[in-house]
Amino acid sequence: MTVVERPTLAEVGASVPRKDGREKLSGQAQYVGDMEVAGMLHGKILRSPTAHAKITSIDTSAAQEMEGVAAVLTGDDLQDIEPYYGHAIKDRPIVALDRVRFAGEPVAAVAAVNEATAEAAMRAIEVEYEELPVLGTLEQALAADAQRLHDRRPKIGLFHGLGDLGEQQGNVCYRHTISAGDIDRVRKEAAITVEGTYTFPAVYQYAMETHATIAHYHGDGVTLWANCQHPFLVQAEIADLFGLQVGSVRIMVPYLGGGFGSKSYTKMEPLTVALARKAGRPVRIVNRVEESMVTTRRHGMRCWMRTTAGADGTLLTREVHFWLDTGAYADNGPRVTATAADAAPGPYRFEAADVQGYCVYCNTPPSGSYRAFGATHLQWIGESQVDEVARRAGLDPVRLRRRCLAVPGEPVRPDGTGKPLDADLVGDVEQAAAAVGWDEPRRPWRGRGVSVGLLAAGAHPVSRASVRLSSDGSVDVYVGTTELGQGPRTVMAQIAAEELGVSSGLVHVHGADTRFTPYDRSTGASRSTTVAGLAVKRAADAVAQRLRETAGEVWDVDPTLVDLVDGHAVFSGEEITFPDLIAKRFGFRGGEIIEGGEVRPTGGDTGSYAEGPHFWEVCVAGAEVEVDPDTGIIDVLRTATIADVGKAINPQLIERQDEGATLQGVGNALFEEMRLVDGLVTNDNLLEYRVPRVADLPKRMRSIIVENEDGPGPYGAKGCGEGAFAAVPAAIVCALADAGVPMQELPLTPERVWRRIQELSKSTP
Amino acid sequence: MDLTLTVNGRELRAEVEPHELLLDFLRDRLGLTGAKRSCDVQVCGTCTVLVDGAPVSACSYLAADAHQKEVLTIEGFAQMQEFERFEDAFLRHAALQCGYCTPGLLLTIKSLRDNGELSNEAEIRHGLDGNLCRCTGYRSILEAARELAA
Repeated sequence: MTVVERPTLAEVGASVPRKDGREKLSGQAQYVGDMEVAGMLHGKILRSPTAHAKITSIDTSAAQEMEGVAAVLTGDDLQDIEPYYGHAIKDRPIVALDRVRFAGEPVAAVAAVNEATAEAAMRAIEVEYEELPVLGTLEQALAADAQRLHDRRPKIGLFHGLGDLGEQQGNVCYRHTISAGDIDRVRKEAAITVEGTYTFPAVYQYAMETHATIAHYHGDGVTLWANCQHPFLVQAEIADLFGLQVGSVRIMVPYLGGGFGSKSYTKMEPLTVALARKAGRPVRIVNRVEESMVTTRRHGMRCWMRTTAGADGTLLTREVHFWLDTGAYADNGPRVTATAADAAPGPYRFEAADVQGYCVYCNTPPSGSYRAFGATHLQWIGESQVDEVARRAGLDPVRLRRRCLAVPGEPVRPDGTGKPLDADLVGDVEQAAAAVGWDEPRRPWRGRGVSVGLLAAGAHPVSRASVRLSSDGSVDVYVGTTELGQGPRTVMAQIAAEELGVSSGLVHVHGADTRFTPYDRSTGASRSTTVAGLAVKRAADAVAQRLRETAGEVWDVDPTLVDLVDGHAVFSGEEITFPDLIAKRFGFRGGEIIEGGEVRPTGGDTGSYAEGPHFWEVCVAGAEVEVDPDTGIIDVLRTATIADVGKAINPQLIERQDEGATLQGVGNALFEEMRLVDGLVTNDNLLEYRVPRVADLPKRMRSIIVENEDGPGPYGAKGCGEGAFAAVPAAIVCALADAGVPMQELPLTPERVWRRIQELSKSTP
Repeated sequence: MDLTLTVNGRELRAEVEPHELLLDFLRDRLGLTGAKRSCDVQVCGTCTVLVDGAPVSACSYLAADAHQKEVLTIEGFAQMQEFERFEDAFLRHAALQCGYCTPGLLLTIKSLRDNGELSNEAEIRHGLDGNLCRCTGYRSILEAARELAA
C-alpha cells in the first residue's frame, strides 16, 4: 500500500479554474431576469418625472380596467403597514405617498400578464403634481433657508451600525467627525500649507444585469428570487416592513450579473413584494438601465482639504470637510460618510487632524454603495496634497511616503481608535512605483504617480456556513455569500477541499437560499473570503474532525494521528476512503457528515468588532500618463495595482479582479459622470453615459499580489478587489499633476484638462 | 406576421408582431435566455447573437428581419464542437467573472474568427470594442481571443 504524500496547502494558493465557468460560458447560468415561476405576472413602475413635487391626485381607473391588468399599486394600498424602509434610516416609502423627492421615484406600479400590457397600463395612470422648489445641488440643499426634505422624525434602520445617529439638522442626515490633536497650535508650526476645494461626480455602477426581483406573497409568507448581495439583511427588512416572521421570508439568490455595491442592501424588493401582495400572484420586476441608474449610484461630493507640513516635508496636520449628496433617501449614505471620513486623513502620521463629513439629502436619485466607496472619494484628494507637499519640500513623493506613512502596529485613525495598521504600506508603495518605471527619465507632458490609502473593510464579521460530506464522498458547501463575479463559489470550494483533503472538483458551493443556507451578514466590503471563508474553513475542519474520529474508532487509534489525504483517512500505512468511512459510521451506504462553522465579532481568533474595522484593505497603485496639451486627452500608459491580500487563495482570480477594478478606476477618473440638472439625470443611457471599453485599457496594466499572511481570514487571508479602485484614480491624478496639470475636479475630461492647461499657461508666463 | 427562420439549426415558423424584437422572441418565446438584456441601445453587446454568421444586437433587431435567416445563440454554439476550444481558452484565462456579457462575447469572437477578422492585435481590439464587460478589465478576454485567433 502506498500512501500519497500531500503537499501542505494543495488547493489553497492554486489558480483553480472558476467552478461556475462552464455554466456561464454555455449560457445556462440563470439570472433573476431569466427565471419564471408558475402564474407569474410582470410588473412596471410609474416613476416621477419631476425631482420635487406634491402629489395632488392619482387616477388609476383607466389602468385598472385594461385587459390583462391584475393589480395597480399606489400608496393607498400600504395603509395597513408602516411603509418606510431603509437599513440605515427608515426614511423611504415603498412608493411615494404624498410627495416625490427625486425624478424617477416610484409613484405607482402595475402587475399584468406581460410586460407590454403592464407598460401600457402604467402609462394610463394619471398623476397630478404641484411642483416644489428643487434642491438639486449640495449648495441648494445646504442653504440656510432650504426646505427640509424629510419632515417626519426618522426612525433608525435595522442595520446602520453607526451607534447613535444624532439629531438631523436641516438636510444633513448624518454627520461623522474624527478629531485629534490641537490642530490650531500645530498648524502654526507649518512651513508648507496646501489647501483646495475639490469635486467628485455622481457615478453609475453599471452592473450589466439591472436590478431584478420575483416576489410571491402567499399564505405562509413571502418567497423572493432577488439579485441581492445581502439576502439575509433584505430578509430581515422585508419581514420588518410587512409584519412577518423572519423565517417566513424566503430569498433565493441565483447568479448576479455584477453588483459592485449597486445590489447591496434593500433595493427593489419592497415594491415587488407590495405589488405581489396586492396581485395575489407572483410578480417579476426587471429594471431597465435608466431605472437602475436612479435606483442607486455613487455619491457626488464637494470637499475642502488643507494639509500642512514642516519645511522638510514632514506632515503635520490635515483638515477635511466634505459633503456627500446622498440623494432623496439615505440608502447607505451614513456608512459611506463614515468610511470616507476614515479614508480622509490617509494612513499617515499626522500630529493633528480634523475631519468633518456630512451626508446631505438632495432632490437627486438615492446614493449608496459602489466598490471602495469613501476611499475612492477621498484618496485622490489627499494624495494630490501629499504630492504637492513633496514638490514644495523638494522631496521625491515615494521618499516622503516612506518617511510619513504609518507602519504595522501604529494607529490608522488619528484619534487612535480602531484597528491598528495591519499591512506593510511602504513596501507596497515601493513595488507600485517600481512597476510604473519610477526612476526612469521623465519626458514632457508625461507624469508618474503613486497613491496609498486604506479602506475600512470586513463590515460586521458575522458569518455562518455548513459543509456536508455525502456518502459518495462529494462535498456541498452552504454559505450565504453571493456569487456576483468575484469568485466565491471557487474560493470557498478550495478552502473546504483544503481542510478535508479532497480535490475542489468534488466540492459544490451553492447560492443562498435563506430557508436553508446558514446566516451570512452580507457580500461586500471585501469580506467574503476573509469572514465567510473562515466560517467555511471551520465547518470543513469540523467535518474533518468527525472523519478522524470515525477512523480512530475503526482502527482503534488516537484520532489526532489520522491524516486526511486525497479523499482517504490515512494512518500508519492503512487507508480508507471517505465513502467507506461514512458507511462504517452509519452501518450502511448512506448518511452524511454535516457540520457548521461560525465567525462572530468576539471570541475565537477574529478579534473584536468593537475595534473596527475587521481589517484595513490596502489601496495602493501607481500610474504613468501622457497628456496631449492641444486636446487635453489623457493616455494611461501604465498602471500597477497592489493586491495586499495576506494569502492568495486563488491568485488568478485576484489578479483578474484587480484588472477589472483598474478599468473601473480609469473610467471614474477620466470620463464617468452622471450629469444631473435640476435633479434630472440627463445622460441616463449607455449612449451618453460612457463606461470603459477595450480601447480604454491602459497600455500596460499590472496586478501585483503581496502575501504577508497578516489578515484575519483563513490562512492569513484578507479581502481584495476594492482597494485598487480607490487607488487608481488617485494615482492617475497624481501622475497628471506630475506631468504639470494639477486637477481638482473629476472626471478628467479632455475639455476640463485642456482648460486647466490654458489657465496654467497664462499664470506662468 | 409570419416568420420563418432557423434557430440553432432548427427551422421554426412563428407569428410575430411587426415591432417584436429578436431578443424578446428568443428569450420569451423560445426560452433561449443566454442572450441577455442590458443597455437596450446597441452599445453593450450582451444581447449579441449571430444572424447569418454576423453579430447583431438582438435588443435593437426586429424578429421580422430574421425572416428566412439563420440565427445562432449561445445555446446552439455550446453544442458545436469548436465551442470546446472557446470554453477552454476562457476558463484558462479566467476571462469571465459575473458571466453576463460572456455569451455575447463568445459569439462575437466566433463571428470575427469565422470571417477572418481576428488576424492581428488591431483587429482583435477593434472587433471586441463593441462588447462591454464591467468585471474583467478586458485583458483576460483579449488573451483568450488571441489564443483563439491563432
